[in-house]
Amino acid sequence: MHNLTELPFPGLRGVPVAEFPGNRKEYTSDQEVRWCPGCGDYAVLSAVQGFLPQLGLKRENIVFVSGIGCSSRFPYYLNTYGMHSIHGRAPAIATGLVTSRADLSVWVVTGDGDALSIGGNHLIHALRRNVNLKILLFNNRIYGLTKGQYSPTSEPGKVTKSTPMGSLDNPFNPVSLALGAEATFVARTIDSDRKHLTEVLTAAAQHRGTALVEIYQNCPIFNDGAFDAIKSNDTKADAIIPLVHGEPIRFGAPGEDGLGSKGIVLDPATGGVRVVRVADVDAADVLVHDARAEDPTTAFALSRLTDASNLDQAPIGIFRSVDRPTYDDLARDQIRTATAGQDRFQALAGLLAGGDTWTVE
Amino acid sequence: MTSSTGTTPARTGDRQVERLDRVIIRFAGDSGDGMQLTGDRFTQETASFGNDLSTLPNFPAEIRAPQGTIPGVSSFQVHFANYDILTPGDRPDVLVAMNPAALKANITDMRAGSTIIADSHDFTSRNLSKAGYSDNPLEDGSLDDFNLHALDLTGMTVEAVKEFGLSRKDAARAKNMFALGLLSWMYGRPTQGTIDFIEARFAKKPAIRDANLTAFKTGWNFGETTEAFAIRYEVKPARMPEGTYRNITGNVALSYGIVAAGQLSGLDVLLGAYPITPASDILHELSKHKNFGVTTFQAEDEIAAIGAAIGASFGGSLGVTTTSGPGIALKSETIGLAVMLELPLLVVDVQRGGPSTGLPTKTEQADLLQAMFGRNGEAPIPIVAPQSPADCFDAAVEAARIAVTYRTPVMLLSDGMLANSSEPWRIPDVSELPTIDPAFATSPNHVADDGTETFHPYKRDPDTLARPWAPPGIPGLEHRIGGIEKKDGTGEISYDPANHDLMVRTRQAKVDGVARSIPDLEVDDPCGRARVLALGWGSTYGPIGAGVRRVRKAGYDIAQVHLRHLNPFPSNLGDILRSYDQVIVPEMNLGQLSMLLRAKYLVDVQSYTSVRGVPFGAEELCSVFMDIVKNLSAPDAANHS
Ligand code: SF4
Repeated sequence: MHNLTELPFPGLRGVPVAEFPGNRKEYTSDQEVRWCPGCGDYAVLSAVQGFLPQLGLKRENIVFVSGIGCSSRFPYYLNTYGMHSIHGRAPAIATGLVTSRADLSVWVVTGDGDALSIGGNHLIHALRRNVNLKILLFNNRIYGLTKGQYSPTSEPGKVTKSTPMGSLDNPFNPVSLALGAEATFVARTIDSDRKHLTEVLTAAAQHRGTALVEIYQNCPIFNDGAFDAIKSNDTKADAIIPLVHGEPIRFGAPGEDGLGSKGIVLDPATGGVRVVRVADVDAADVLVHDARAEDPTTAFALSRLTDASNLDQAPIGIFRSVDRPTYDDLARDQIRTATAGQDRFQALAGLLAGGDTWTVE
Repeated sequence: MTSSTGTTPARTGDRQVERLDRVIIRFAGDSGDGMQLTGDRFTQETASFGNDLSTLPNFPAEIRAPQGTIPGVSSFQVHFANYDILTPGDRPDVLVAMNPAALKANITDMRAGSTIIADSHDFTSRNLSKAGYSDNPLEDGSLDDFNLHALDLTGMTVEAVKEFGLSRKDAARAKNMFALGLLSWMYGRPTQGTIDFIEARFAKKPAIRDANLTAFKTGWNFGETTEAFAIRYEVKPARMPEGTYRNITGNVALSYGIVAAGQLSGLDVLLGAYPITPASDILHELSKHKNFGVTTFQAEDEIAAIGAAIGASFGGSLGVTTTSGPGIALKSETIGLAVMLELPLLVVDVQRGGPSTGLPTKTEQADLLQAMFGRNGEAPIPIVAPQSPADCFDAAVEAARIAVTYRTPVMLLSDGMLANSSEPWRIPDVSELPTIDPAFATSPNHVADDGTETFHPYKRDPDTLARPWAPPGIPGLEHRIGGIEKKDGTGEISYDPANHDLMVRTRQAKVDGVARSIPDLEVDDPCGRARVLALGWGSTYGPIGAGVRRVRKAGYDIAQVHLRHLNPFPSNLGDILRSYDQVIVPEMNLGQLSMLLRAKYLVDVQSYTSVRGVPFGAEELCSVFMDIVKNLSAPDAANHS
């Protein structure tokens, strides 16, 4: 029912382009934003409002679907189509929407509790199906809207209202989880790094399939400072392991060659990866990041470098971006094949009168 | 009234032919014996012969329950007649029992004098003890009251097909076709359909195909040559209204109704479903009809299934989800969301025995109150229920009409009995089906104070109170909807007390208003002087109707009315209830509709209930009705009424 317009982005193929470029103001709704002062959500909203017009799409063909939680208020603040649904179900709802409409750019906004606790099942199945939707997972490692219980990404031992003696459960690493769920695009970025955030969102939009973008998001009210190690100027050089496709993975204070003095090498002993001082190894042994690798093993190994407690160390960037047919494209192909060249009304009469019939006169 | 209402015996050739008005046959065997297939073939033969018919499959929840045991028995009952019948029948005239367990599980339904055909081959001491028999009932005289034919069906089958070189096990598997051939001979059924069927089904396995064809023909010939069967029976075709007919089960009719609703509304359909008994066949059926723009999405769970459906509805498709009671429990929150979003959504509940896992393959009507009230907050939804297998088609179209017109989730309450039973269906003329207008919003519907045109997603149609349906893609209609209470008109988040009160009442008024679009109920009261009304809903239509006929045949008056719309009720229901001295409401639950009727109309309806996992019998309901009717017409009853 809509023109297929070829864009440079495979992920946006089929979504009509705008005649005139939009701007931030047009993408901003008239609703008052109601997050707490200093909340990381503001930065992400602002980045998205600046980034969306750059896609050059018709605004009416963009849809944001969210679940429940602080970040899930997101759709109300964007002047696109939107649905603020129920806890954890946004990926399922978006799957139905994407499958039935090839001409929409569909985004899911979710949080760590929404996506990884109550909605965990929908998240992993959206990832394995590879539905063409972009999932922004705001990870603040706490339940904000319900006022501060530990979440499935909180560090073990976290003292909260519901865990006065410390939380007991081991957290999820959302990137590891997504890779294990057969995701084709997995990235991690930080709310306060607008440039990196925009780069990652652009790459996600470009990707045809489910893109999971974990955004480290500070909640100053209930979990302030959760990302200090990777945000503070004193520590971030050692904490952030930057993943850039085609480049050696180096971080830490610059060494003699001007690149980070630390690097990642494959570890034959474990089959994983480990951090080394580049000076101690042959520089050529430092792992060159390959986000396009078919095999997710190394991407998974990299995800394991994430420090589960204080985030003293965390890879940031695109872990994996590979091509695989999407569920929705395949589903529409089947419909297209089946409907080709038939008069549906005639066919209905044929269907109803199929099988063994007899006539009474 | 029994089914052996034989008329003058006639003779053809050397065989006596007895004319009957109706016959009930039950095929019973182990779940691996192919009894469903056998019953289905006999039904197709019977349908093409032109009898009216009604069927009742009955099978265990386990795919292969332990062989030879009573829990592993699978049966298929078919009732056919030379007049229009309403039910699959209470008590079989003929039981085909392929093993001792099948005999034991079904013998209590048999009336003295009826016929039992048993495969003596399987009555081994091992099988007898598995079924709990200490002696062989075929030999110990315990079946003397019946017309017993103990035949070595397996042995005769193996002997007949030995030329095809099958293993003994594969050869024996064709015994169901031998039994089908024999029964087909007894009742003079046309055989070509079954021959074509076997040829198509086993086209790639010639030896199996030939064995089944041979077994079928040998069964027929055995009937003709043996002295054991002195009589053949004849049931003349029924006089039915003009038209082209086919035999159809409820699940298939319901699936076709969904396909048709898509065509009649011009909407693509997206079915989100998770496999569950007894609704899975709707998923299977609809997955075959992609050529109608029907997408089937087998979801990761019940919640994702309805989630995908509501997502598709938001996108401008007809979202449908199909399940059974346990699935509805899981979907409740999302149905509530759909109530808030006010988007069209068809929710199909093929009810089964509950609570919890309950009786997955048995029938029940105990989800009515779940459909009415099973959500948080005031979350009214329209409810529609089909009354017979073929009626599932019309009920699905009607449910879709309400969903699309009123932008609301609608619950369609089928049940296990309707799902798997079949009856002849007069195929409708497609051009005479009602069209459904999605009436999408295409332009702004509000002018702001400053003169700019805007879109208010909750500005309602004054007549239906439906809100505009504006799928993404239209510039200027960008809007956000969600589960949080919204401001009247604009749809913005609102926590204002007066607004919430207004919105709750408005959503209720919208659903109540559906009553204005449904026809008045018509009571079936031929004499016009009945004082007792039998009222039901859903699959009890058949047994209630059959019970009512018996009461009338016995010379008493009773009226009948059946509800298709359970929420809202038709506008004239209250008047109808109040115009009878007594209203009797049979239900396969503990009185759920009765509770609703009493609460709404303050009428002292009488409830009659049963939750045994099987439909009511006509005989049973007849006696319930007779008691009430006779009681009322007793000399002193007038004083009490
Ligand atoms: S509670 Fe935390 S996450 Fe929620 S809005 Fe406030 S600062 Fe942001």
